[in-house]
Amino acid sequence: MEFKDYYQTLGVSRDATAEEIKKAFRRSARKYHPDVSKETDAEHKMKEVNEAYAVLSDPEKRAAYDQLGQRGFQAGSDFQPPPGWDADFEFSGQGFGGAQAADFSDFFAELFGKQMGAGARQAHHRMRGQDHHAKIMLDLEDTYHGATRSLTLRMPKLDSQGHTVLAEHTLNVRIPKGVHAGQVIRLAGQGGPGHAGEVAGDLFLEVHFKPHSRYRIENKDVYATLPVAPWEAALGTTVKIPVPDGLVEVRVPENSQSGRKLRLKGRGIPAANPGDLYLVLEVVLPPVTTPKEREFYQTMAQELAFNPRQHLGV
Amino acid sequence: MSHEIDAILLEDTRLSLDELARSCQVSREWVIERVQWGLLLSEESKDPRTADPASWLFDSRSFMRVKRIIAVERNFECNPELAGLVADMIEEIELLRARLKASNLDED
Repeated sequence: MEFKDYYQTLGVSRDATAEEIKKAFRRSARKYHPDVSKETDAEHKMKEVNEAYAVLSDPEKRAAYDQLGQRGFQAGSDFQPPPGWDADFEFSGQGFGGAQAADFSDFFAELFGKQMGAGARQAHHRMRGQDHHAKIMLDLEDTYHGATRSLTLRMPKLDSQGHTVLAEHTLNVRIPKGVHAGQVIRLAGQGGPGHAGEVAGDLFLEVHFKPHSRYRIENKDVYATLPVAPWEAALGTTVKIPVPDGLVEVRVPENSQSGRKLRLKGRGIPAANPGDLYLVLEVVLPPVTTPKEREFYQTMAQELAFNPRQHLGV
Repeated sequence: MSHEIDAILLEDTRLSLDELARSCQVSREWVIERVQWGLLLSEESKDPRTADPASWLFDSRSFMRVKRIIAVERNFECNPELAGLVADMIEEIELLRARLKASNLDED
């Protein structure tokens, strides 16, 4: 396990005041806001910043952590907590548990997991397990056909000594047909374990789509580019094209231009109220490589006398 | 482990006020206040001053919005209206980015 330098993560010195730590945290929280940030890997960085702040903003945790720092551990160095490192500290036990806990590192779990374990053992009151929240990346095809996706999550669990450890947990999830980005799916009983016979919490997954080489998605509508030859666009034709749920024949109306959208109603994401599929025409010119091809374009130029810039007055 | 678990679309069941509050680890009152201030919506709360909170149901969008507002309020210790404004802007950015992508105009 790697030692994590929380001061480095927040970019503050070891003797930073609580106010300086708070300011540094807010600066990072703005910089790495996962919905807005353009930084690469903002989401991962935000998790690290949250973890660092959870330790450094809590005087008990910070004091315990500082003791480790004095033993000469450095960022990235191999780390095992020295026996009894936290003997003098009593944590009031906040901050490890709940939806955020699964985002924290093994390093954090190793250091601060123990007191949560103790807390859980002392919990005599009946308590339903906490809900966990995560994201799931789907392929567009999954929502068209419904699919079973295997999902690996890190979840806090109690080991045999009552320590909280992060354990990998694989779930095979049947994805409902018609789900789209921004929707949330719920897995009953797959969250944190319940205490004293109470039920487990639920797992909520926020749905996102992986980028697709051919399709673009906006809400429930799906867009694809349909390349056509100039004569197909000019004269009109019927073409075959693969779409996410099979193969369709579409009629390209005559005198179509690049950018024209052909709408296939109800062939977008098959939600209760299904989206539409849009085929955006792209007229592709045959390249000129041979004298014969050149001659052909020259004939067109003479015969058609076409000026595409007429409306510009030139 | 080959056991398969059915995922349920939140839109099919939606979340009650208690479920939403528990899942996001905030109090019922926290949610009720923000609905009454117009920062969160549930279809049943069209007239939030008179509607009975026990009948409110929340969809995916509200769920995501609550999580965003919590994070902004907590991280920046700001007032709820400002967090609501941030959530509005994030939703707008998402919409515009999706539209750019659909039109093939995004940078990547």
